[in-house]
Amino acid sequence: MIYFNSFIFAGLVCAIAQFILSKTKLTPGHVTVIFVCLGAFLDIFNIYDKLILWAGGGALVPITSFGHMLTHGEIAGYETEGFMGILGGTFNLTSAGITAAIVVSFFLALIFKPKD
Amino acid sequence: MEKTKYKNIVDKNTPKENTFYDCLVAFVTGGLMGILAEILIEFYQNLLDIPFKSATVCMLVTLITLSCLFTCFGFFDKWVNFCKCGLIIPITGFAHATMSAALEYRKEGLVTGIGANMLKLSGAVIIFGVVSSWLFSIIRLVVGLA
Repeated sequence: MIYFNSFIFAGLVCAIAQFILSKTKLTPGHVTVIFVCLGAFLDIFNIYDKLILWAGGGALVPITSFGHMLTHGEIAGYETEGFMGILGGTFNLTSAGITAAIVVSFFLALIFKPKD
Repeated sequence: MEKTKYKNIVDKNTPKENTFYDCLVAFVTGGLMGILAEILIEFYQNLLDIPFKSATVCMLVTLITLSCLFTCFGFFDKWVNFCKCGLIIPITGFAHATMSAALEYRKEGLVTGIGANMLKLSGAVIIFGVVSSWLFSIIRLVVGLA
């Protein structure tokens, strides 16, 4: 059942993004930024945690989960360290993804040549 | 030439994009990405005995590495052209943007090329994510829901 839920949720997010991309003149970068902000917003009232429980991997793989993890880390940082934790906890959960993307693409760019 | 005539010619020659078809393709491919993510999480949890939090991180790292590799081999661009948002909105789009910028600026040197331009496309995601999440967590603390 969770496979069905994750198919529906991830598919719906991508279809909405595609609709925005087709109907307006925004670039893919704009659409991605909109969805990151949306994910950060949905974490205010803990809506996104319920979505992850419902859809599993389908809610974790779209870029909305990136924004959700940023807000989540800040609020968890506030609860443990106080006010400075908002600044310190921002990348607690997302740093693995960012570091992996940077390290992998750095070393692969040294090995491979660009293809036209 | 009159403006209406010119507009007619432009309309005739711009490629027609079928919104419904594009949305359907994005829905199916995005959904398949969701299923793949769920399968990877279950795989890491059940076969390798990794707890849920670390299993999600392993899943993200696996998808990022795969899409970086496919971008290097050259066929990920064709997939993105076909699926559009089905591959841009999942984390694969972030990795694809980073990897293609790094490949493109490789010839300009290590520091001024790769170092300065790697996050050219995907930096917007990080910056707007940090600013908006900072704002939203301040709002949440002020409202007192924490």
